Amino acid sequence: MRNSLILRTAARLLVPLILLFSVFLMLRGHNESGGGFIGGLVAGTAFALYAMAYGTAASRRALRTTPQALLAAGLATALLSAVIPLVQGGAMLQGLWAKPLGVKVGTPILFDVGVYLIVIGITLMIVYELDESGVQFFPQEPHPASLPAEAEEAA
Amino acid sequence: MDSHTLLLLPLLIPFVVAVATLALRTRPGLQKALNLIGMTGILAASIALLVRIGNEGIQATGLGGWPAPFGIMMVADHLSVIMLIVSALIGVAVAIYAIPNVDAQRVGFGFYPFMNLLMVGINGAFLTGDLFNLYVWFEVMLISSFVLIVLGNTEEQLAGGIKYVVINLVSSLFFLAGVGMIYGLTGTLNMAELAMALPQVEQEGLVTVVAMLFLVSFGIKAALFPLFFWLPASYHTPPAAVSAFFAGLLTKVGVYALIRVFTLLFTQDVGFTHGLLLWAAGLTMVSGVLAAAIQTDFRKILSFHIISQIGYMIMGLALFTPLALIGAVFYIVHHIIVKANLFLVSGAANQLQGTFSLKKLKGLYAAHPLMAVLFVIPAFSLAGFPPLSGFWAKLILAKAGIEAGAYWIVAVAMAVGLFTMYSMSKVWVNAFLPGTDEDVDAGRTPTAVRVMYLPIGALAAATIFISVFAGPVYEMAEQSADELMNSSAYIEAVTGHEESVADSATRVDLDGRAGGVHAQ
Repeated sequence: MRNSLILRTAARLLVPLILLFSVFLMLRGHNESGGGFIGGLVAGTAFALYAMAYGTAASRRALRTTPQALLAAGLATALLSAVIPLVQGGAMLQGLWAKPLGVKVGTPILFDVGVYLIVIGITLMIVYELDESGVQFFPQEPHPASLPAEAEEAA
Repeated sequence: MDSHTLLLLPLLIPFVVAVATLALRTRPGLQKALNLIGMTGILAASIALLVRIGNEGIQATGLGGWPAPFGIMMVADHLSVIMLIVSALIGVAVAIYAIPNVDAQRVGFGFYPFMNLLMVGINGAFLTGDLFNLYVWFEVMLISSFVLIVLGNTEEQLAGGIKYVVINLVSSLFFLAGVGMIYGLTGTLNMAELAMALPQVEQEGLVTVVAMLFLVSFGIKAALFPLFFWLPASYHTPPAAVSAFFAGLLTKVGVYALIRVFTLLFTQDVGFTHGLLLWAAGLTMVSGVLAAAIQTDFRKILSFHIISQIGYMIMGLALFTPLALIGAVFYIVHHIIVKANLFLVSGAANQLQGTFSLKKLKGLYAAHPLMAVLFVIPAFSLAGFPPLSGFWAKLILAKAGIEAGAYWIVAVAMAVGLFTMYSMSKVWVNAFLPGTDEDVDAGRTPTAVRVMYLPIGALAAATIFISVFAGPVYEMAEQSADELMNSSAYIEAVTGHEESVADSATRVDLDGRAGGVHAQ
């Protein structure tokens, strides 16, 4: 399992696809099944898969921020969606809508984005912590070929 | 400021602070300042809310702009606001106390965000007018308190934490089952609507079953006999700042929930439900105080005394007369301040001598006379010494008990007061009077402890304030008791129109089934 070539290659192809799918799921949640929670879980699995293939250290680098920061950003975004209507003179958490460029957007989607970020943050915090302070199931030593981004930059 | 925003400020402020402290997790200094500002803000908002409901009556508002039967309602009556103010006061005191008391590691792991999320949960539970929403706030509160109780990861904390988590999850399960049944019976979870719909339900036995489910669930949270074992097993493990916050507030949220549902919702079979509550109250008082008598750990003694004091509050609810409810509310206000303060004193003693054990603590009176004074005020008040606040609280309850003819519970309450005196003198003799064999270290008081004296002194001053100015506090308690005994004002504020029982009865006929409140 460790440093499997097949897994690493597949992960590089799958991670962007999974992330794209997670955004699709989140947006779809507005009228159909889906939503911020399930979207966030799927996005979390993308980084978890990356961690399985390349190790948690590489996955943390790929995230480009910390799970805690995602958590804070998510809570702040959700809070914003609750407070915007309040500032506009409505009730807290009331849905406000606008139609820029013919697309109907409103505060509920902001709330969903917040949930999406919170769930990614929580999932990854748990996955990274579990691996780093206990199981150590994922690859530990960075394999020479395990850092595709840096390798490409160097080339 | 409009009432809607004012009503939600006690929730919004701690939430904003939680997000901000989470984002600033590498800046402990800023976190401490923000936490203190936030808690002070909640206190100010709660007092403003008290003024507002004093002028305009009970305030209710719907979230998301939805009207009463459909949206989640937030309601502030006198009881809610009194609870908000007292809990914010403890919040401010603990915010100052935590600066020297909570170590850098715990702050790094997110002490301040979780403290504020806990505050969100507590304030939400006090303000909500919807049963399922109450469940959600309980969960917010429990998740944050789970984290706070194990934060720091010592073996003792984990052992206490496991008991705390498991029993509280069981309690939530009972609550959820009760919520499900009550929804099945009436078709609504809005408390004001339930107050109208429950008397119409034909299956009276089922209503009593739901009442018992709620009694067990809130009884666990309030540490009522025989469901209190988790409390002394866990409260003495985290830092003093955390245990003071828990001791002052968490069980009282359970008591608040009991008072709310057993005055607003379950008043159909008072003889049975409140009779049971009275027995539970008596047994809670006795078992708590007896268990405390054999303890030798400062915080364990205090933990067992929380239990016996809960008994007094429930006694007020169980007697179910206006005077008894005044006594219960007065007792809660008195108890939260005094009990949190005693835990803060125990933490300061620990800071000075490195232990909570009464066998090792000694000579605090000789070395730190100021601390001795600050201990005596809440300790005497707890035991019910005149003219301190505990005396007035017990006096009101005793008078209510005699008026209601429940002499045995009054006798029990008085005897328990004596035993409380015994425990407090035990702490005094062991920890404060000089030890015999060695000289006490009478050196300069460390700065950390000086900072701790500030909130301890402030809470002691608050105790003296409600002792001397017992009149205004009594009047506020009287107003909340009036609102609790006569729920029509609450119902009217939530539903937005006056509705007599006859109206809903007509609708039941039209609808052809019990509790057809939504048939309109």
